[in-house]
Amino acid sequence: MESHITTRNLCVHYGGQQALKSISVEIPRRQITVIMGPSGCGKTTLLKSLNRLLEVTEGVRLSGQVLIDGLDIYAPNVDVTEIRRKAGLLSQRPYPLPMSIFDNVAYGLRVHDRPNRRELEAAVQHYLRLAGLWDEVKDRLRTPAARLSVGQQQRLCLARGLAVEPEVLLGDEPTSALDPISARHIEGRLLELKQQYTVVLVTHILRQARRLADHVLFMYMGELVEAGPAEKVFKHPEAALTRAYLGGEF
Amino acid sequence: MKDRRASHSRWRFWCHAEESIAVALMAFSFLAVVGSLAAILMTVIVKGLPALSLAMLTQTPKGGYYLGKEGGVLNAIAGSLLLAGGASFLALLLGLPIALYQGVFAPRARWTGAVRLALDVLWGVPSIVYGAFGFTVMLLIGLRASLLGGIFVLTLLELPIMVRGMEEVIRITPRELRESSLALGTTRLELMAVITRQALPGILTAVLLAFGRGIGDAASVLFTAGYTDRMPTSLVRPVASLPLAVFFQLGTPFPEVQQRAYAAALILTFIVLVTSLGSRGLARRLARNVVK
Repeated sequence: MESHITTRNLCVHYGGQQALKSISVEIPRRQITVIMGPSGCGKTTLLKSLNRLLEVTEGVRLSGQVLIDGLDIYAPNVDVTEIRRKAGLLSQRPYPLPMSIFDNVAYGLRVHDRPNRRELEAAVQHYLRLAGLWDEVKDRLRTPAARLSVGQQQRLCLARGLAVEPEVLLGDEPTSALDPISARHIEGRLLELKQQYTVVLVTHILRQARRLADHVLFMYMGELVEAGPAEKVFKHPEAALTRAYLGGEF
Repeated sequence: MKDRRASHSRWRFWCHAEESIAVALMAFSFLAVVGSLAAILMTVIVKGLPALSLAMLTQTPKGGYYLGKEGGVLNAIAGSLLLAGGASFLALLLGLPIALYQGVFAPRARWTGAVRLALDVLWGVPSIVYGAFGFTVMLLIGLRASLLGGIFVLTLLELPIMVRGMEEVIRITPRELRESSLALGTTRLELMAVITRQALPGILTAVLLAFGRGIGDAASVLFTAGYTDRMPTSLVRPVASLPLAVFFQLGTPFPEVQQRAYAAALILTFIVLVTSLGSRGLARRLARNVVK
């Protein structure tokens, strides 16, 4: 297993409260890593510390290291926009930018590469296909993204995130606001995308974790309880807490 | 058993009474608001409409206008639009960055609190004080009563109204939208553009609210913009304004001229009404891109 992202003694405090307690973990390249655990255990905090989105929140203190490809992303001379470009985010509810479908996907491209019109159109089509949305929207690319259904919006957000060519995809319960069919659609996409991307997914749906995970992190009260290949964690969990969680005790 | 039923029905009675009192209160408040708006509009229309003519809208005051002879208030209409338009533009230029800073980047910083307090105090300052202050400053720098002076003072008057309005709508833009934008690797400046776009309908409303306040204010332009019977031609010459046109004409002893004051007031009211109705329509059209 080749590690893509590594955290070392990662601690996060919100005000006086400690949300992450010295997390040291390795996240393998081009696999789906699922972070699971009961609500409030620090799953999302861990996820957002991986692309430095956490520091947008006021009153957050962070210590320890997060390394992507061996590079400390919290080092003082690091370009934070470049880090965030490398790690795209799918949030719980899709939030399309207040513009057309086309412009949503083109947004990141325009910000980073300044492509010409032809390149832009080709790229938008490519990423909408990758997100499995092209056929549904190809005739109405200029309509506001807000008119799409929630499931389509989430795939649009996926296309938008892919368009800036990240290496890592972070998903914060990306299917929790979707209907079952749309959710399956996203799951299918993620399974395909792991060929090219490292995917890190937060979920509290155990069945979803079983369906998708190659690698599992189980967290409880801000601590990493168990980490390992999905097969092993689901079939032979080591910690008593993990067994209890998998057994549906909390 | 019987006792309990009696107490229950007494309780029910009070519930109903409470309900009716609340409804009556709301109806009264509603009538008070709508009634006063209607009364104001009626007064202005009834008194102003007979004196309103094409000449009022298309001519400047001719000789003897203030004695009831020929002419109109085109100079004041143009002056007011320029004053309030210029001030709204300047206030937007100054206010939007303030509102974005307060609403997005440092909503809880100590500085933000201080700025917010300052704006609230500025909001409460009577406009005649702005006028007097502006006049003093203009004396110091050697600027005569002029369009420019009026615009500067009106900008001060409009700024707090605009910033508080804009900050409110900027603050309620979803946190996730900001995160989504940042997660694409955007800089803060690009993020501001996204947020401005998301909040555009509300920003527009704030601007036009401030415009309405600015165009209707008499005291702040009294010393700073002055008054003239000519059309505005230069930033450093005095300009007329509708509120002062109303004020001066009401102050004359001639009934015809007083009636023209009401006509000028009607024009002013109409401008404010059109901007606020227009802004609603425009805001609705702008909102079609926005995800709630």
